[in-house]
Amino acid sequence: MTHRNTRSLQVSALARVEGEGAMRVTVDDGRVGDVALQIYEPPRFFEALLRGRAHTEPPDITARICGICPVAYQISACHAIEDACGVRVPEPVRQLRRLLYCGEWIESHALHIYLLHAPDFLGYPGVVELARDHRQVVERGLALKKVGNLLIERVGGRSIHPVNVRVGGFYRAPTVATLAALRAPLHRALRDAIATVEWVAGFDFPDLTIDHDFLALSDPDRYAIEDGRPRVSTGVTFPVADLDRHVVEHQVPYSTALHATLDGRRYLTGPLARYALNRPQLSAPALRVADRVGLEPVCRNPFRSIIVRAVEVVHAIVEALTILDGYQPPDPPYVPVPPRAGVGYGASEAPRGSLFHRYTLDSAGRITAALIVPPTAQNQAAIEEDLRRLVQDRIGEPDTELTAACERAIRNYDPCISCATHFLDLTVDRA
Amino acid sequence: MNRTPTLAVWKFASCDGCQLTLLDCEDELLPLADRVRIAHFTEASSATVAGPYDLSLVEGSITTPDDLERIHRIREQSSTLVTIGACATAGGIQALRNLSGVEQYAAVVYAEPGYIDSLDASTPISAHVPVDFELRGCPIDKGQLIEVITAYLAGREPDVPAHSVCFECKQRGTPCVMVTQGTPCLGPVTHAGCGALCPSLGRGCYGCFGPMNTPNTDALSRQLAASGMPDGTRRRLYRTFNAAADAFARAAERRP
Repeated sequence: MTHRNTRSLQVSALARVEGEGAMRVTVDDGRVGDVALQIYEPPRFFEALLRGRAHTEPPDITARICGICPVAYQISACHAIEDACGVRVPEPVRQLRRLLYCGEWIESHALHIYLLHAPDFLGYPGVVELARDHRQVVERGLALKKVGNLLIERVGGRSIHPVNVRVGGFYRAPTVATLAALRAPLHRALRDAIATVEWVAGFDFPDLTIDHDFLALSDPDRYAIEDGRPRVSTGVTFPVADLDRHVVEHQVPYSTALHATLDGRRYLTGPLARYALNRPQLSAPALRVADRVGLEPVCRNPFRSIIVRAVEVVHAIVEALTILDGYQPPDPPYVPVPPRAGVGYGASEAPRGSLFHRYTLDSAGRITAALIVPPTAQNQAAIEEDLRRLVQDRIGEPDTELTAACERAIRNYDPCISCATHFLDLTVDRA
Repeated sequence: MNRTPTLAVWKFASCDGCQLTLLDCEDELLPLADRVRIAHFTEASSATVAGPYDLSLVEGSITTPDDLERIHRIREQSSTLVTIGACATAGGIQALRNLSGVEQYAAVVYAEPGYIDSLDASTPISAHVPVDFELRGCPIDKGQLIEVITAYLAGREPDVPAHSVCFECKQRGTPCVMVTQGTPCLGPVTHAGCGALCPSLGRGCYGCFGPMNTPNTDALSRQLAASGMPDGTRRRLYRTFNAAADAFARAAERRP
């Protein structure tokens, strides 16, 4: 126990997150006071620099918001521009988008599970140290990630900032042979992904139960990935075009990332939300392994999100294989999207959660205003609430242990700080 | 005594894509970790060893007063400093603010722009400290990154070609998209490294590796204008991920 009345826990540079941030928690007379997730990632002003650009440009430009989930930015941007221009993309092109997106889910989730998150559960500072004792496990993770990247390369032309995505579809559809060559690696990856679920389910999970509202895209026909309608665990559902009436961003002085609320409340988007809202639509192998390892139908322990991510990797691989089964190159690979004046909304499920874009176009197709609501900005209030609860529950623990637990709790969210530039130093102040 | 060289990876204003390229070296990552000691790499490890460092890889551009100070400290601690990516070598896409002023940009994104402490311009690392090697690309190419690290370990100069994307199109046998389809392409003035990805997909190069060493932007601009491209479109073509790179910045301002 501490003899002090006030304590301050802080992490000045969070590790194993994407981007730069810090955390600060103040404890006063045994009660948690201020909790601040501080994003000091320098702002890059994407919404401003998009003004005046052509309606064809957001997929290439917004990809640069994030090196880990560029596909999410490209697809949400395409949806929003196509919506503004009144164009509906045919099903074969949508399937190819989903295939590309499956690659990003596999690559990004595998990166987070093996390189960023698992070292926490096993007591290592990083993957290199983890590999010294568990080389084969790390090699399995790297192989899984590599298959995700390979899928993005084959469909998108490049794994980071793909070049083949355009408004309306793709510049060139991959050939049947190009994609057929992915079948064997994907089957191997499926075995690795199932083994990954079994591996992470065996970790020791700290106790923490959260009560955030969940928000995820939903689709009547499938586990939503590249498209869908926003749905909330409270029962509310709304078209993407009503986004501004439900999701409101506001600025806090200690962070360059905006905070979002949903109907005035904090909420959570990402794997836990998707799984809670859409679980019945997971593919059979994903559901089977989730049940076998005892993953509850609604998971409210954010530390267990690593299991949900692993289950989603299984799903993404099965989904990719299914798309490959019936694949015929869409011809032509894109539909023309002639510009017109209007406002368009787009959404998709980035690995970290729902990603919303809104563009206003003039009649020449020039962007006059852009709004981008990334997952980490939406999850910031939920992350802070988790930290508050965690510190309150474990208030007797020494600063170093408590600080480490807080860092872990932040990494549960796989926060993408670069994309929150529109994230964190951990400090716990105690009184 | 043969000491294992130390590697540090630093981040400034960027999307993390270039340092992610290191983690995306799935086959080379563990063998590399046997050859260098990863002493500072926040995205990959919570363990940090104090400097000095033998090789520092720097991602991102300088956009804040704090970062301006930090890059000097990193330079002092690094024997060899290599910048990775368009942000670190040319200011990145965030250098578009250099054209219109950061206050205007901040006011668009933030309700209280006063909370935002950002410099007027986004600048490359070389504008502030001496740089030993600049690796281009948005993002950098995995093969080129491995070459740079391997060359460092071998004590030789990196073998990274200085020619244009056109050479790569010829190497892979891609018919010229400008000649055969009339598609506008920055390939003739853009630094090689990607393997001419865009033309292979039937689209023009959009210049994400920045200007090649001796780019004839005047000739390209004349050709673009002759094929009917409006001035504004041509300006935007030069002004994307390497907008502040000298040759592209000048070409954007000059009428053919």
